[in-house]
Amino acid sequence: MTDIFFYIFATAALAGALGVVFSRNTVNGAMCLIGTFLSMASLFVLLEAYFLAVIQVLVYAGAVMVLFLFIIMLLDVKESAAKKTSIYTWAASLIGFGILVTGVVAISASESIKNKAPTMPEASGTSLKAFGYELFTTYLLPMQVTGFLLLIAMIGVIVLSKKVNTE
Amino acid sequence: MDVNPVILKFVYAAIVVSVIMGLCSYAVLAERKISSWIQGRVGPNRTSLPLIGGIPIIGRFLTRLGIFQPIPDGLKFLFKEDVVPAHVNKFYFIMAPVIALVPALTTVVVVPFGRFVTEAGEVIPLVLANVNVGLLFLFAISSLGVYGVVLAGWSSNSKYPFLGGIRASAQMISYELAMGVSVLPILIWVNAPGREGTLNLFDIAQAQNGFWFAMWMPVSAIIFLVCLFAETNRLPFDMAESETELVSGFHTEYSSFKFGLFFVGEYAHMVVGSCVFTLLFLGGWNPMPFVTLEALGFGEGILGAVLSVGIFLGKMCGMMFFFMWIRWTLPRFRYDQVMKLGWKILLPLSIANLVVYTIFIFYLDTKL
Repeated sequence: MTDIFFYIFATAALAGALGVVFSRNTVNGAMCLIGTFLSMASLFVLLEAYFLAVIQVLVYAGAVMVLFLFIIMLLDVKESAAKKTSIYTWAASLIGFGILVTGVVAISASESIKNKAPTMPEASGTSLKAFGYELFTTYLLPMQVTGFLLLIAMIGVIVLSKKVNTE
Repeated sequence: MDVNPVILKFVYAAIVVSVIMGLCSYAVLAERKISSWIQGRVGPNRTSLPLIGGIPIIGRFLTRLGIFQPIPDGLKFLFKEDVVPAHVNKFYFIMAPVIALVPALTTVVVVPFGRFVTEAGEVIPLVLANVNVGLLFLFAISSLGVYGVVLAGWSSNSKYPFLGGIRASAQMISYELAMGVSVLPILIWVNAPGREGTLNLFDIAQAQNGFWFAMWMPVSAIIFLVCLFAETNRLPFDMAESETELVSGFHTEYSSFKFGLFFVGEYAHMVVGSCVFTLLFLGGWNPMPFVTLEALGFGEGILGAVLSVGIFLGKMCGMMFFFMWIRWTLPRFRYDQVMKLGWKILLPLSIANLVVYTIFIFYLDTKL
């Protein structure tokens, strides 16, 4: 049962991701991205990480993508005509694809993925309490760093968008 | 009798959805009646069914009350001509009403309607899915409802709906923040040290045996209520419709059943919003502050369960009345006022509220 659902949602996530890349209409792209986020959330549910799943929907599908749509509509982005792909893009995509293939092959060939775990390990996102404790003890530094990064991004946006009066 | 639990869940879900839809259709009637009372009119008072309407005194009374009005209202949505303008984006134009309604009905899954106490004293919540992250689930799914409005505005491909869609997205983002922060004091209180962490709506309601949260966290309650009005797009926050400026906003191009879906979706959001406010701030199914059903002797069995559901639905209907009362009393805000209220007043206020209650609850937990 779980396997069937996994394949359904994994396919949906991949299809959505492909839709984001290939659609010429920006709103179509944004909607595909929402579909991908929702499928990802479903995959988290299958892993019993309910908190992560809900946060995924709340933050990404519910807030970030609303902003995306807002910006797309406000700027009224027209369907972009096919651009000629530059040599750098080709090179970058080839390298990226190579790394991806290597990673997938390495992971699927490794021993640990072939042996099924005897029991399902309890994800730290399962219980809210466990999640909170982990976040504020073991992973305190990464969390602080992430927060600081967001602060930098926010200040950066303000600096860039604010017209500086030079006089 | 053993029934497959999956089928049983389907049956429960069908029952809950039909109750919600019934509530929605009668909420429309209530809206029309209340608006007419407030404006010194009579409201719908002619529609009658052949047999029931013919019963001497009761039939006439029911007809005057407009009890049968939702039936023709619903049929009208079904049978009117469904116009799809030529200039719209067909796919999203048809999707949008569905996206507007589905999240509202999905959130009902985690809303508990009452509790059932077995003879052994075990308390069983009457809810479709008693998930640990209930409150967050509710916020997450209901935040998806805005896509219906935004897509409707965009796909209609004309000026006024487009402006409505943009307004809706901006407003939704602005008020979601304050709404999320305003409930945090409750969660801090419910998740006192030594308890298992929970965001479960049932546990939050059960925690209000004494004080209701509206009583000792009034600022949270007011912020949450204002944000609820904004999130459900109700007047004085119905910027997305705003018929004096935008014809009728995001659903200008919609007709017939598609418009009906938007209409029902708005009321379904209101029903769920009222349920959540009742659960979070008005004590759920506790009849009065400091008085539980158990204390009154109606704790156990079917009677207690029915009473708890009745009290809960009663409070919810009171909240619905409040929604309508406000709608027909206050004028609409200007758009810049909405933004100012959201970002410059409610958000700082909710953060200050959070800090004050955090310190206060910390003091209560450690010093007393």
